[in-house]
Amino acid sequence: MLKLDDISKIYKVGTFGGKELLAVSNVSFDIKDGEVVSLIGESGSGKSTIGKMILRLISTNSGAIIFDGVDISTLKKRALKEYYRSVQGVFQDPFSSYNPIFKADRILRIIREEFYPDMKGREWNNKIDSSLKAVGLNPKQVLKKFPHQLSGGQLQRFLIARALLLDIQFLVADEIISMLDASTRIDVLNLLADLKPRGLSILFITHDLSLGYYISERAVILYRGCVVEMGVTERIYDNPLHPYTQMLMASVPRLDQKWEKTEAKLKAKQSELPSGCPYYERCPFAGKDETCKRHRPTLTEAGSDHFVACSRYTEE
Amino acid sequence: MSLKVEDLTVYYQTLKGDVQALEGATFTVAGGEIMGLAGESGCGKTTLANSLILLKAPMRFIEGRVTLDDEELPVWNMEEMNDFRFKKISVIPQYAMNAMNPTRKIGRMTADLLKSRQVSFKKTLPELKRRLDLVELSHDVLKMYPIELSGGMKQRTVMVLSALMNPSLLIADEITSALDVSTQKAVVGMLVEFRDRGCCKSVIVITHDISVLYQIADSILIMYAGQLAEKASTDVIIHSPRHPYTKRLISSLPKIGVKHSQKRLTGIPGSPPLLLDPPIGCRFRERCPVAFEKCLDVPPFLEIEKGHFVACWKEFDKNAQA
Repeated sequence: MLKLDDISKIYKVGTFGGKELLAVSNVSFDIKDGEVVSLIGESGSGKSTIGKMILRLISTNSGAIIFDGVDISTLKKRALKEYYRSVQGVFQDPFSSYNPIFKADRILRIIREEFYPDMKGREWNNKIDSSLKAVGLNPKQVLKKFPHQLSGGQLQRFLIARALLLDIQFLVADEIISMLDASTRIDVLNLLADLKPRGLSILFITHDLSLGYYISERAVILYRGCVVEMGVTERIYDNPLHPYTQMLMASVPRLDQKWEKTEAKLKAKQSELPSGCPYYERCPFAGKDETCKRHRPTLTEAGSDHFVACSRYTEE
Repeated sequence: MSLKVEDLTVYYQTLKGDVQALEGATFTVAGGEIMGLAGESGCGKTTLANSLILLKAPMRFIEGRVTLDDEELPVWNMEEMNDFRFKKISVIPQYAMNAMNPTRKIGRMTADLLKSRQVSFKKTLPELKRRLDLVELSHDVLKMYPIELSGGMKQRTVMVLSALMNPSLLIADEITSALDVSTQKAVVGMLVEFRDRGCCKSVIVITHDISVLYQIADSILIMYAGQLAEKASTDVIIHSPRHPYTKRLISSLPKIGVKHSQKRLTGIPGSPPLLLDPPIGCRFRERCPVAFEKCLDVPPFLEIEKGHFVACWKEFDKNAQA
């Protein structure tokens, strides 16, 4: 239903915007109906940028994002509003997503004004009730409250309820549970998973690998704006092929096994993106041969529905 | 016995009354022990840490005794604590990213810091450089401003500065929560290295991420709503917890290998109580599946097995029967 086709994003940085930073580089993947895809990467890997481009909060520099057969960059006014009717985002910090001096349900009223101006009061109230109940909130407890009177978990669920009011088909969930407590975290995660049967597709952006495993069918691993590995979640987690994914998997703190004694490599200073493999500087396998340094490896199929961008797996 | 805390009670003064953020905390940290301190936000982890080193208004000391290396700490007295801070007991603050003075080069800031404690910067410099090597930072950071460093580098710099005087007790407050997994692994690894090399005697690691503690801590103390819930060695807490809160907390953590479609994890229903007017008795009572009449009394924090402390009436009964 949503297809990213070779998209790139260049940010202008430096005092006068004289320097360029390639935040996302030639990323392609697609998300099917009712599928959860996790987008995993360290900070600065461009995962939030991709989310924002899908929501059209920022433009792409090249490539196209295709939703139900339409390139979203061509959408204007009416059509764009229809797009937002089916695609919505929820972000990391629920506390800053609200205006602190307005009651929290004001953000629901805005939805009504924008998208359902003709709906009758009672019908609207029923709609609010059902979507709040769908996310496990008691309407009596949360309506007419100020944001500071609600907990982080409640606010985050309220935002998801707001997205549900629009009968969305696609949700961009950008680190939505990293600010929540362990005991409420899993509830929000279960909520997202329960929405899948309604045909909702989710792009689940996270840096926490165990959360990604819990909820998603497929995973995309990003490193410095490039997709280094993607495919079915189990295959990536059980058998990571790219050295970066292997390093990530080894440094996840797990409850069932302790870290091996190997030293974790610290992130090297972010220099210019090399023309060769983006992971060249940190890669333990990068040989002296010039292939890794010179040529950017392309995604190749290493197993069924398991793609990796590493020269060790490309057929010569 | 390096640190001994007895009945420490600290409230926050507000216009609406006292917020009972820390109630009767009693525990010990042995020399060379890395103790993890975990719990949800607002459970009093940071309050506990602050009351050991910087008990300032609106925090109010109610009662309790803190001894470090057989010496009583005057935690209620801001002035007298100056003799202990940084030298005997030191903290790596939460948001260490913003802990440094942005207008001073790091070397200059360190010199100021040492001068305020009547320590010669020149004499400390060789040790400082050794420590920087230990955390894989170049010596050039001393000539740089904080803004020139990345988040992980700032975190490591602050770590080096905090432990520079070989404190008896080092408190690391949420030092990894803003870092990527790979940097996180390196930073906590360095913390263990600090302990192993004697840069600090015991460490209290505060975090909400229990899986990190499992990797590095010797023992874990779980707090809930200002009260201590359970303390035991790391393996016991993870694999055979006794307190109902710990049990549910551990089982709600997503692990690699657990998928929603195969095994649905459950959270803990309800939310922590407000500490302005906390419920009487055990504060977990309202969310607890096994609560009974006796829970209206505050359960004491008792040792039920060697090194395993729990505050739960149900567990005491079970132990008495066994």
